[in-house]
Amino acid sequence: MKSLEELKAIKDKMQSTIDLRHEDPAATKVIVAMGTCGIASGAREVLNAFAEAVAENGITKNVMVSQSGCIGLCENEPVAEVISPGKDKVTYGHLTPQKAKEIVQKHLIGGTVVDEYRI
Amino acid sequence: MYRSHVLVCGGTGCTSSGSQQIIDTLKREIKAAGLENEIEVVKTGCFGLCALGPIMIVYPEGTFYSMVQEKDIPEIVSEHLVKGRIVSRLVYDETVTENGIKSLQDTAFYSKQNRVALRNCGVISPENIEEYIGTGGYEALGKVLTEMTPDEVIQTILDSGLRGRGGGGFPTGMKWKLARNIVPNADQKYVCCNADEGDPGAFMDRSVLEGDPHVVLEAMAIAGYAIGANQGYIYVRAEYPIAVKRLEIAINQAREYGMLGKDIFGTGFDFDIGLRLGAGAFVCGEETALMTSIEGNRGEPRPRPPFPAEKGLFGKPTILNNVETYANIPRIILNGAEWFSSMGTEKSKGTKVFALGGKIKNTGLVEIPMGTTLRTVIEEIGGGIPNGKKFKAAQTGGPSGGCIPAEHYDIPIDYDNLISIGSMMGSGGLIVMDEDNCMVDIAKFFLAFTVDESCGKCTPCRIGTKRLYEMLDKITKGQGTLEDLDKIEELCYYIKNNSLCGLGQTAPNPVLSTLRYFRDEYIAHVVDKTCPAGVCKDLLKYSIDPDKCRGCTLCARKCPASAISGTVKQPHVIDQDKCVKCGACMETCKFGAISKN
Repeated sequence: MKSLEELKAIKDKMQSTIDLRHEDPAATKVIVAMGTCGIASGAREVLNAFAEAVAENGITKNVMVSQSGCIGLCENEPVAEVISPGKDKVTYGHLTPQKAKEIVQKHLIGGTVVDEYRI
Repeated sequence: MYRSHVLVCGGTGCTSSGSQQIIDTLKREIKAAGLENEIEVVKTGCFGLCALGPIMIVYPEGTFYSMVQEKDIPEIVSEHLVKGRIVSRLVYDETVTENGIKSLQDTAFYSKQNRVALRNCGVISPENIEEYIGTGGYEALGKVLTEMTPDEVIQTILDSGLRGRGGGGFPTGMKWKLARNIVPNADQKYVCCNADEGDPGAFMDRSVLEGDPHVVLEAMAIAGYAIGANQGYIYVRAEYPIAVKRLEIAINQAREYGMLGKDIFGTGFDFDIGLRLGAGAFVCGEETALMTSIEGNRGEPRPRPPFPAEKGLFGKPTILNNVETYANIPRIILNGAEWFSSMGTEKSKGTKVFALGGKIKNTGLVEIPMGTTLRTVIEEIGGGIPNGKKFKAAQTGGPSGGCIPAEHYDIPIDYDNLISIGSMMGSGGLIVMDEDNCMVDIAKFFLAFTVDESCGKCTPCRIGTKRLYEMLDKITKGQGTLEDLDKIEELCYYIKNNSLCGLGQTAPNPVLSTLRYFRDEYIAHVVDKTCPAGVCKDLLKYSIDPDKCRGCTLCARKCPASAISGTVKQPHVIDQDKCVKCGACMETCKFGAISKN
């Protein structure tokens, strides 16, 4: 038998799953380039680090973590773009999972662009 | 934690075109690419665009792939899922724009829709109760059990203006109120769900059960609390194996999670649901026949009153609502009556699901606010009529309904408007017909269905529909008289007025409405002995225009009855005695020399 509290707990647990399936035009997009160049330099780990950090911090409603093909900045891979509606696109390069987590904390949650990782 | 979800339609339509194999291959390929911990494959219910199945959507991008084949899967995995490159040749062309891919919600098919009953169909896995809970599932049940009295629940449903979606349009709240109050101190009451959807061309309820079975369970529990019942039954046809399987899974999961069973949410309220499978008799969709069938007897109707609210299943007060009606209930509880009544027309609130079929581009399932015009549904959402043909009529309500001709193309669809023009809402089948459809033939088709499905208990329906069918058959064979038309009309009203249940009372509707709007077609059959649409074979004559015929002999070789003769480079002729009117010659002719009239 489940109580209302337990129902709420399941709902919270499932929130990121359900949010992932709703397209919100107002959401910030984090797009990790996943060309062969990107994958070779670790873009997949970076992509997963972004996705996990966004879910862990409960901001799946406002942030969509997605991927694209090679964007032509191969020497800077792994590369990710952060696109917020109404703001300039921010491109980060030479990323690692650790840097991705930092960007989630400082840029996506804190609202401050992490200049040292920009390219 | 999955970074991406691949949703594949597991509704009946897409399953029949191979979506299960696609899911299996997809899982295998994802594993082979080492992505099994990053990408989740979810089998969902119907997305609605059945014409383009099998359908697959990749989130978070929302990329909509249509007509996916098993052989496309390796490419989708290696290109899109691994490298983030969308496989553009498989993307639904409506979403492709000059500036890239636009959202599915902005396409003509989806943008005019408002999904309430179908909100979770194609979004969640119907076999995972936690996904349903994630969308706010069972919150409404929690709310009514802990914050509302049964009378408040009923008042909310009454205020919302929700009317029965099975076809009749009786106010749902009124039904519940009667069942709550009409028999004081009843020792047992029942909540039933009518999922015996049987009209040709209708699949709304099936899609809800396949895509979101928990919404029905939750709504039935709410209804049980409102009227004071602790047992529910879902009567679903055995021809819906996917729906049955998902309902079974859903009921078991709901019991496991304590959403059904004893002492729900610790409030002392008990409610459980049993599944009953129908053997496929159309008459069992009629409420009294349905209950008789649940009781274990032969599915035959009985006279009303007494109404089920007073004396229903096993002689106890019972409410019976349709699947789609239930699918609206939890949202009304959570969002309030005003939210629901803000949609729709004055007397028909909310939305309605329609199954689009027939001569229409986007065959599938749509949910529109009441009051949307037929033109919007067909031209904009449905994508219009294929091959540049002209709209002739739309049949709503299946064999119980009638046709809506082009002159009423702009009528806002709601219960009362459809009745006033001689059709009815019905459960939501909407079959589109173009200039190639013969209306006499259509009426005959639906009548053949009711003749077949009449249970035989009452004479007007059993014999009346049979005689009616014979007269229509005579007309389509060119042997009808003008007198027959009057007789048909008289018999129609006789059957309507004297039949025991809804099946017989509505069976003449397709005949009456086609007679009303397309009498000239009937007259053409009777007087001129021609079928203007070129459908009724006995009235057709294929002929070759000697001026256009080049004597290529293609038609003669194609003719299965060897009815065409002639020498090479000379005009050919059709032997009318041998011709079987299959039309193969006309399709083959490259010079347009063959015509039918």
